[in-house]
Amino acid sequence: MGNKHVNAIVVGAGAGGGIVAKELSVAGLSVVLFERGGWATFDDTDTDELKSQRTTVLGNAYGPDDLRYKRVVVNADGSTDLVLPSEGGYNNNAACVGSGTVSYGAMAWRFMQEDFKLKTTYGAIEGSTLDDWPFTYEELEPCYEKAEWEIGVAGDSTLNPFAAPRKKPYPMPPFSHNKEAKLLYDAAKRLGYHPFPIPMLRNSIPYGGRPACIRMRTCCGYACPVNAKCGTQNTVIPIAIESGNCELRINSVVSEIQINEQGKITGVTYFDERNRKQTQTTDIVIISASATETARLLLNSKSKFFPKGIGNENDWVGRNLQGHAYTGAYGIFEDEVYDDLGPGASVAISDFNHHNPGIMGGEVLCNEFIRMPYAFTGIRPPGSASWGKEHKTFQRLNYKRVAQAVGPYQEIPNFESRVEVDPEVKDFWGIPVVRLSGSRHEKDIEGCRLMSEKAESWLKEAGAIQTWQSVGGRGLSGGQHQAGTCRMGNDPKTSVTDKFGRIHAVSNLFVADGSLNVNNGGFNPALTIMALGYRVGGYIAGEWSKGNRFK
Amino acid sequence: MNQQAKLTRRRFITLSVLATGGICLLSRCANPPLSKWRVLTEQESSLLDALAEQIIPTDEWPGGRDAGVTNFIDQQLAGPYVRFQDTYRRGMQAVQESCKTKFQKRFEQLPFEEQTLFLKSMEAGKMEGKLWENGFDRQFFRLIRDHSMQGYYGSPRHGGNKNNVSYQMMKLDYPVIIGQNRYIS
Repeated sequence: MGNKHVNAIVVGAGAGGGIVAKELSVAGLSVVLFERGGWATFDDTDTDELKSQRTTVLGNAYGPDDLRYKRVVVNADGSTDLVLPSEGGYNNNAACVGSGTVSYGAMAWRFMQEDFKLKTTYGAIEGSTLDDWPFTYEELEPCYEKAEWEIGVAGDSTLNPFAAPRKKPYPMPPFSHNKEAKLLYDAAKRLGYHPFPIPMLRNSIPYGGRPACIRMRTCCGYACPVNAKCGTQNTVIPIAIESGNCELRINSVVSEIQINEQGKITGVTYFDERNRKQTQTTDIVIISASATETARLLLNSKSKFFPKGIGNENDWVGRNLQGHAYTGAYGIFEDEVYDDLGPGASVAISDFNHHNPGIMGGEVLCNEFIRMPYAFTGIRPPGSASWGKEHKTFQRLNYKRVAQAVGPYQEIPNFESRVEVDPEVKDFWGIPVVRLSGSRHEKDIEGCRLMSEKAESWLKEAGAIQTWQSVGGRGLSGGQHQAGTCRMGNDPKTSVTDKFGRIHAVSNLFVADGSLNVNNGGFNPALTIMALGYRVGGYIAGEWSKGNRFK
Repeated sequence: MNQQAKLTRRRFITLSVLATGGICLLSRCANPPLSKWRVLTEQESSLLDALAEQIIPTDEWPGGRDAGVTNFIDQQLAGPYVRFQDTYRRGMQAVQESCKTKFQKRFEQLPFEEQTLFLKSMEAGKMEGKLWENGFDRQFFRLIRDHSMQGYYGSPRHGGNKNNVSYQMMKLDYPVIIGQNRYIS
């Protein structure tokens, strides 16, 4: 028995896909929302550091699992490694309803006006595919606002003078600072910076029918035990399901986009929860599977029209993979700076996001999420013992005396940093796996060094008696902030989708996730992915109501 | 309930077949060993105790041995770390053979300081002989160090960190009481 035809298929129930499914289903379209994972609960893994989404040595708490998934990573010397999801090189995103929004740190950044016109601001950079977005910040602003109010953000919109203009404040008041954030806040003031509370997709007061945050030590990398963290799984996806128009199909892995003789998308092939191969037909497909998996799905969908994969006529699908080179510094303080007021990160400065002489972009600098005990075993000043008595003593004496100031460095887009599909290796279902290669742009390292210097001097001003830098490296980009692989643009020769996320050469196939990002900003990208979900979903719903069936 | 307890026999075998080709585990299934451990022999466990004690020595707080690091490793070798079984067997054998050649003793019989020097040599990649070729000394050292740290500082649900010893040492109250707003001023 075949599945009933629907108006739209959304692949991936994460930050982008959950929102698109909601936008379409409340507009009256029938929707199937595919998710490769299932529902996640806090109780499955609790506060277990070794099996969280942040430290994954014993597995990813919220998927994907080591039994069925793998990837190939191409090293700098050309050799390849087979990597499992629990290994760092995999560059995983979660696999569950809500995906990363279940276990993220939940920083809710809007990109800045400059981020949408980097080429105009900085000029072309050699060896980079740097470009402007096909629209301005102002055009995306209503979508940011919608994300902030529908998913829920706590913050103070008046304290960051570098933030892009906004029409409405945040719906919830900001969080109070913990001890280390207070020290850093005061130090930033003394240095003439402009500190402010990090906007968070987390309830500071009861909101959306869910309670306020209880300030857990474990938050970033973990689900919330009281449901105070705002993700798509506890906001828009339930609304989509309640509309009666959206079926959430969990534990279902989409393997291919089906295309007919006229070059039009007709549906998808997928493996259901019992691993049976199925077909779901539809009028429209929206892929929101993350920058690596969205590119993989397009590349794995080969046909007469698209022998190199859908949308890949010009070899742009999977290119420009970018995450964030995390860069900053650590400081040891004389007294304890740890007061167990989670999740840790609460103060930020945006003084170095742009206008740094000689470098493109910059980053928002924040104090860091609480480092759990095992993670802390890797945090030592250069030259320290990595085991033995000295290491243990450091662990005991300094766990509560170390603070970190760090941020997501805005990477220069690099055409050779890319996602391909491996010619040989297949996953559990027989689907060719992702093959990752390339590295960050060589100029990124200069900016990273500058940011680490700023972070170090900030910690010193806050009273750190010993400091050291952790400078982002040149290696393979991607990670949980992965973006850029299906770039939006007006020119089909140098982009994969148009400015509404539609694959240039196909009338009824869209992308709605971080893959679209022309650049990944100097900020955590979740809120921007959500805004893009509203943009793409809103566009399709609007056209649909006007009678456009995307034929 | 911990992850290991949830691992069914069938999934366990699937896991081992996927990761190792099933050779080690299946043969062990056919000939149940006389050991209280899941994967390790008694002798191997004595060696891992000594190694864990080197990585996290006893001071005013218990060390790696008393915190159950060996139990953690044994549990993981029958679970998520089944893929490291071969590396462990090879590494533990190499450690003992090197000790036998040099000291005519087993590693765990050496004085503590001698053991430390031995591990420093592994860490620096200065071990000699065919057994340690291609950087295996460094590789096995890192594995032992990382897994010992995980066993000592990770959640007790995985068989180590007995009595929350590392959390107590680091002055972290455990368990975290869910739903208690005690930190908000």
